[in-house]
Amino acid sequence: MIDTPGKPTPVTGATLDEKIRNARTQLDAQVRDVVQWHFNPETGTPFWLAKAKTFNFNPLKDVNGWEDIKKFPVFEDDWLRGGPVRQWVPKGFGDKPVYVFETGGTTGLPKTRIVLDDFKIDYEMMSDTLPDKSFPRGSNWLMLGPSGPRRLRLAIEHLAQYRGGICFAIDLDPRYVVKCLKARKIAEAQAYKDHCIDQSITVLAGGHDIKCMFTTPKLLAALDEAIRNGKLEDKYRELGKAIPSGGLRSIKSAGITGIFSGGTEFTPQFTREAYEEMLDNGDVYMTPTYGNTLMGLACSKPIGPEDGFKISYYAPQPRAVIEVVNPENFEEHVSYGGTGRVLLSTLTREFFVPRFPERDEGEREKPFDKYPWDGVSGVRPFAALSGGTVVGVY
Amino acid sequence: MIQIPALRFGKPYTSLDKATLIHHVTGEPVAEVSQVTGSQIARDVGLMERAHKELRAIPIRDILAMYKKAADYFVNATLPCGDAELSFDDYVRNLSATTGSPMVFCKRNALKVHYVLDNIEEVIAGLTRGLDVEALDKGFSNKNGRMQAFYPTTNVFGAVLPSNSPGVHSLWVPTLALKMPLLLKPGREEPWTPFRVLQAFIKAGIPSQYLGFLPTDHAGASDILRLCGRSMAFGDDRTMAPYKNDHRVEIHGTGYSKIIFGEDQADNYERYVDIMVESVAANGGRACVNASAIWTPRNADKIADALAKRLGPMKPRAWDNPDCEISAFAKPEVAEAINNMLEDGLKTPGATDVTAKYRTMPRLVTEGRIAYLLPAVIRCETPEHPLANKEFLFPYASVIECPQADVLKRIGYTLAASAITEDPAFIAEVMACPHIERLNIGALPTNRLTWDQPHEGNLFTHLYKQRALALASA
Repeated sequence: MIDTPGKPTPVTGATLDEKIRNARTQLDAQVRDVVQWHFNPETGTPFWLAKAKTFNFNPLKDVNGWEDIKKFPVFEDDWLRGGPVRQWVPKGFGDKPVYVFETGGTTGLPKTRIVLDDFKIDYEMMSDTLPDKSFPRGSNWLMLGPSGPRRLRLAIEHLAQYRGGICFAIDLDPRYVVKCLKARKIAEAQAYKDHCIDQSITVLAGGHDIKCMFTTPKLLAALDEAIRNGKLEDKYRELGKAIPSGGLRSIKSAGITGIFSGGTEFTPQFTREAYEEMLDNGDVYMTPTYGNTLMGLACSKPIGPEDGFKISYYAPQPRAVIEVVNPENFEEHVSYGGTGRVLLSTLTREFFVPRFPERDEGEREKPFDKYPWDGVSGVRPFAALSGGTVVGVY
Repeated sequence: MIQIPALRFGKPYTSLDKATLIHHVTGEPVAEVSQVTGSQIARDVGLMERAHKELRAIPIRDILAMYKKAADYFVNATLPCGDAELSFDDYVRNLSATTGSPMVFCKRNALKVHYVLDNIEEVIAGLTRGLDVEALDKGFSNKNGRMQAFYPTTNVFGAVLPSNSPGVHSLWVPTLALKMPLLLKPGREEPWTPFRVLQAFIKAGIPSQYLGFLPTDHAGASDILRLCGRSMAFGDDRTMAPYKNDHRVEIHGTGYSKIIFGEDQADNYERYVDIMVESVAANGGRACVNASAIWTPRNADKIADALAKRLGPMKPRAWDNPDCEISAFAKPEVAEAINNMLEDGLKTPGATDVTAKYRTMPRLVTEGRIAYLLPAVIRCETPEHPLANKEFLFPYASVIECPQADVLKRIGYTLAASAITEDPAFIAEVMACPHIERLNIGALPTNRLTWDQPHEGNLFTHLYKQRALALASA
């Protein structure tokens, strides 16, 4: 499939230092372009044009690169709750069709984010990191994740299409699961999960040549449990199909070769368990990702036993930037290896989010050849905020 | 620092996720315990059908002999504990260090576990109501022409365990003798007793593939209760609420245990002060069989005063002091919260802290990293008072006056009751009372247990169901 316009060119350079410099140059240019777009009265975003009147600086003149992003106040996610949603659509896009994606939504208003093509570009960039051997071009996908007003639903379908495949999906409403858990209806939440897994087993038994899938850590574990307990074989029998010799008691034997996983917290222990116990010691390739509706998604370094299943994420720079900062002073980066709060900036013409404090913390990671900018590892709920939220339900 | 792995039915497993246990007094790390996930538990439970089949094939007499050996090893041998080897005294010291329960309590309760291991045949006979143990090999007994046959209700028994007292482990110990694979989820601060019992079993010859030691979080504990065909779980009323109607889960919750005086003995209360003190305060008052209320038709003020006079002067002592009577709270904020609940209750008119005049220091005592709650005897004027039917993690008792004719209608759920009476008519009423689970009649404290009788359920009838069986050859 042809690339969606706006996909950045890969950073070049003969050495890591040169790549780091070139990546920074690319980021500075992106900041200038995006700020000029969102704050220009002709093309700008109504929300930002109004907000600029409260600033003690002029974004069009005073923001000339990444360093100047600190001039913007910290982004408050409550700004995204409630309408009018059109305030977030830059005038420069005229009458182009707009999607809206939502997060949360079990209590009060969900956060909303408008999108035109960003999810396509993000996932095309992500596609470039997937090994063709494990994610064969032209093979079909199963989207075992949230449906409804979620970005993931369309994004995974686009990823499958971009790679020449067709994506099957299930119905999954995470808000219902959160309601069950808050009401301590454990059995009902479990029954709903079983319902979701049953849908995916039906798709896998349908003879659709599915080799790739997206899933969340918990649903991956639930799918593995179901297949290991013979649910896929049962479905074959129910459909009158012959069970292949060797059986269908593992994700590998179900024909899956590559798994793109994310959506909720990913721990090294879960990654190890998946690698060793669900995915035949890495025979089925799995790549964790970190992301959300605001940012897009960050890819991880390849995971494996050689580095203790450590998961390090790198944002899709220059379209988004992850910083690991002192929770008491967002302008201060922690040292490499140090722990801090994740600060996120999204820098696209569709959506401008400067310096948004995520509800996560982690350790700052050094740039490396593939991603010559800072990353974050050990991502987990920010300790000072955790405890009040039901997370990772699907 | 000791590294304690999970035991995944024959395979020690060192996880990347570990819980660090610290010494409640010094804050020094004592051990790291490998944690497993719910999906790992699910994978292991999936293998239990085969394990169960293999375990069933071992003759019961061989298993009972292994229990005897395990009993000896439990108290006399140096046994592996992860990367360490622990003597019985080392084990008791570690147990006390991470739970805050004084060493003297830990040792006393650990010996209850030893008792069950050492007297397993007697315990099994009690639980099966005298069934020939060979019935566990054959699946039936045909003694004196009376056929009794049973079939297992599960392939594995799961136990979600607490951290408050090692005595509770006596309850799951008979599982293997009932030829059932065993999956243990230890309490966060108390991996020591389950791990040591399993090591004693392994040293005694019980194959490790029938034994699971799977430390996990709350979600993993829920998975155990979901996946095991039969299980037991310890928790407060709120935690256990989702399982209240799940017959597969034997719930061990709040005890609300009580002493009940009959009309005939209420005037003789002074004879029973020792029994009341033991019922309320033994083991730091933290067990579900500790009395949390005393009901009497007369003399409530005098009973409260007599009890307070004995409990009020109790003082905190160091965890390794053999005279220690009060358990420490490793988390002072928990003690503070309990104390606040009690103080809030006292704001409702009709309740008096009778111990206050006998204490030489405040009820809440904070020392360094830890806190203590000193005993409280609360005289409640009516059974409706908010403090009349409460249970806390320290020696606490309300004293309530209520006519004998009404008492059994008003006590509510009572795990263990000691009815202090010699009146045959009242004894008959107490015997028929559906609110009481464990019943002691006469001068016995509420915490006096026999392990061959049911405790919030009978392990044998939990794991086996009776069936009709006819044999053409018989």
